[in-house]
Amino acid sequence: MKSLGSIRRSFAPWADPKSVPFIAVKNVTKRFGDFVAVDDLSLNIYPREFFALLGASGCGKSTLLRMLAGFEQPTSGEIILDGQSLAGIPPYKRPVNMMFQSYALFPHMTVENNIAFGLKQDGMPKADIAARVDQMLKLVKLDKFAKRKPHQLSGGQRQRVALARSLAKRPKVLLLDEPLGALDKKLREETQFELMDLQQELGLTFVVVTHDQEEAMTMADRIAVMAHGKVVQVATPPEIYEAPNSRFVADFIGDVNIFDGTVSSAGNGTVEIATQSGFTVRVASAELPAVGANAGFAVRPEKIRVGRDRPACAPLNAAQGEIWDIGYLGDMTVFHVKLKDGKVIKASSLNAVRAVEDPIGYDQEVWISFDENAGVVLKD
Amino acid sequence: MAKLGSALFNRLVIIIPYAWLLFFFLIPFFIVIRISLSETAVAMPPYLPVFDLASGFGGIIDNIKQFSIDNYIWLTEDALYAKAYISSLWIAGVSTFLTLLIAYPVAYGMAQAPNTIRPTLLMLVILPFWTSFLIRVYAWIAILKPEGLLNQLLLTLGVIDQPLIILNTNWAIYIGIVYSYLPFMVLPIYSSLEKMDHSLTEAAQDLGCTPIRAFWRVTFPLSLPGVVAGCMLVFIPAVGEFVIPDLLGGSETLMIGKTLWNEFNANRDWPVSAAVATILLLILVVPIMFFQHAQSKADAEGR
Repeated sequence: MKSLGSIRRSFAPWADPKSVPFIAVKNVTKRFGDFVAVDDLSLNIYPREFFALLGASGCGKSTLLRMLAGFEQPTSGEIILDGQSLAGIPPYKRPVNMMFQSYALFPHMTVENNIAFGLKQDGMPKADIAARVDQMLKLVKLDKFAKRKPHQLSGGQRQRVALARSLAKRPKVLLLDEPLGALDKKLREETQFELMDLQQELGLTFVVVTHDQEEAMTMADRIAVMAHGKVVQVATPPEIYEAPNSRFVADFIGDVNIFDGTVSSAGNGTVEIATQSGFTVRVASAELPAVGANAGFAVRPEKIRVGRDRPACAPLNAAQGEIWDIGYLGDMTVFHVKLKDGKVIKASSLNAVRAVEDPIGYDQEVWISFDENAGVVLKD
Repeated sequence: MAKLGSALFNRLVIIIPYAWLLFFFLIPFFIVIRISLSETAVAMPPYLPVFDLASGFGGIIDNIKQFSIDNYIWLTEDALYAKAYISSLWIAGVSTFLTLLIAYPVAYGMAQAPNTIRPTLLMLVILPFWTSFLIRVYAWIAILKPEGLLNQLLLTLGVIDQPLIILNTNWAIYIGIVYSYLPFMVLPIYSSLEKMDHSLTEAAQDLGCTPIRAFWRVTFPLSLPGVVAGCMLVFIPAVGEFVIPDLLGGSETLMIGKTLWNEFNANRDWPVSAAVATILLLILVVPIMFFQHAQSKADAEGR
């Protein structure tokens, strides 16, 4: 697995202008009556990429997936797969397979017949089908369950049958619609890593639709955050998390504190923002907004320090407040700190030692502070 | 006390269907069997022996000793009965098949229809029941007779130049049965199609099936319970159907319902007609019992 990890780290075809996208979604719009489900959307997905479409329900991510599968036709625009336009090609002729959210296992067929279903449609010789089914069953560790019917399996086993069935035809692209949505939390976490290993092993392109940001962050090479039928940001999980390009993305992915203010100075790679909470933020930023413009500053809870002593950087990047709430989560503690202007911010700190002498308690006066590279500027 | 009361209530609730079956099926059935083992007599009731409770237990034993299976032997000796049974099964079978051919697309269309208009479509399927069955069968006479609506229409359109003879043939019976029993086929098929997960057909197409193949490999097999239920609901009453063959069928049409009617009313031979009815019941019940046994065995294996 270690070698796979290192391949993965250097895997970034999207950064190379010479690489050719495997799936190119070009200005695709999909309307249902008056409702615009997908709005002039363009995307490139590269070979062997694990690509996640992330968004709240109704953002158009499932519609986009269904257009890739062929169950919906774009109202305008074009989808190109491996150099070939998919326009007018029905689902049963596309070299893609889909794993359905409900799994859609055929209840009247055994596990092995479910997996063999697509191969039989292709008229594959019987012996080859048997061999392929066997191989798929081993891949998803269900060899002992070949003769069972779907209703005799647990949720996790059904999920794996659905996966095996959609992989059996060796599709060029595997589409996964909320693949782990029906599993409980623990199983979901295990299966995330299984899916990643499987994708590496088979060298396939995966496109997964999910509303669960943790799932997308864990599994995907890149994430497209969608809202109202548009892509808001496409980037790797660390970029999405550490450098969200908008308030929407910052807010949608993980916890965040956003301070509104006006730009008081900008230059030499740093921006200063006078926040409405009464303190000034100095932040390292490549992009420099105009002085006097409205801007936001986003900083994640784990990058905020909470302490009783006045930090050295004060009054920059520091503010006073009182502890409003404390949530002890075991691995870390979450503080809700009420600043002087009444704004409540979230800060979390790792519980690196077992017992802290005189821990910070309720209603205490504290300072919050953060580094110059802890957060990002959000232009309005 | 309340607990005891509710336990008692639960028992009573279970007793109701059993009591219903006992009084309205089992007891009448035994009366029919008992009559079928008697012999005709010019009397009222027209058979012997007649149980007389006044004659005491010994008298009843004497009566039972007089029972004979002569009537059943008689049924095998006259080819008329065998022909009537076979003809009934054939007519019911053809009618059931034709009903299925029409009902399946109707049910499929209803299941595919938008949610908003489904209740209306269901209503339309049930609507004919609001008119008397007899009147609807009579109406078919007016439609099918040589100078009836259908022939007039076809003659006017120039499709035919001689009136079709449909009334008083087996075709009129098929039409009558298909028309009358259509809702009993549509409703169970609709209910099995309606609850089917639409993503199953999508999955079949995703795996390489054309829409037609997806139907035959996935949709149809999954609707089979509804098809079987519908076929039973049509076939069983159609075998014993009397009104439709009597009104629409010809004099040469042989159906067991008509035979039974003749034995009972024209010949006043209650014991033979009781034997005819008993055999009819066996012909229908025994295969169904085997079928259900096989079904539950298959279910048990699946589990």
